[in-house]
Amino acid sequence: MLVSILHRVTGGALSVAGLAILAWWLMAIADGPDAYAKFSDLARSPIGLFVLIGLTWAFFQHLLSGIRHLSMDTGAAFELDTNKRFAILTIVLSILLTALLWAWLLGVRP
Amino acid sequence: MSLGDSSTPLGRVRGLGSAREGGEHWLTERVTSIALLLLGSWLIASLLLLPGLDQRTLTEWLRAPSGAVPMALFVIVAFKHALDGMKVIVDDYVHDEGNRFACNLALLFLAIGGAALALFALASIAFGGAA
Repeated sequence: MLVSILHRVTGGALSVAGLAILAWWLMAIADGPDAYAKFSDLARSPIGLFVLIGLTWAFFQHLLSGIRHLSMDTGAAFELDTNKRFAILTIVLSILLTALLWAWLLGVRP
Repeated sequence: MSLGDSSTPLGRVRGLGSAREGGEHWLTERVTSIALLLLGSWLIASLLLLPGLDQRTLTEWLRAPSGAVPMALFVIVAFKHALDGMKVIVDDYVHDEGNRFACNLALLFLAIGGAALALFALASIAFGGAA
């Protein structure tokens, strides 16, 4: 139930904020080093990091619950136990993948 | 046995619904989702493996066909998938028929406009002059 609602909420956030930032990011790269520096500074600010980390989690959560929905489309995983375990797994994995990705980005990159 | 009994569940809903196209929409959403599974994994892996995330490195990455082509596909498929998903949300929550039409029209224009903007930016990176 929760994971199903999360799929919709994260999908909406990715559609609106995620794609707007994707287009903005590409335009900033196209605009040259100065424009990109402004984008990069904003992205590394506390609000920027909050939004980007939030969208990263939304991406992984939507991806994982999407896989769950695809497998359920085949008629699999409707047993209550399996279904619930699969749902909880999507949340655990999405948080783990987000943490790993940002640990890598913030740890290895200057 | 009639023809209807032997058809698959998807076959039975094709062409039905108030828009007469629900089955296609449902299927397209799933096809684009599988494409995004591949393209999204490519994008994350690329960002992790690039030597840096500065403008020069990103430009070099997106000038090469190996970067520009998957990114163009990602933009197109992501906007299409977002449009299809947002339409489901609009269709579920906007009950007045006129408002629903207006919302879906606005979504369509925003998605095509956003995709065009992103593709134009990508093209100017890929075909631009000095990096």
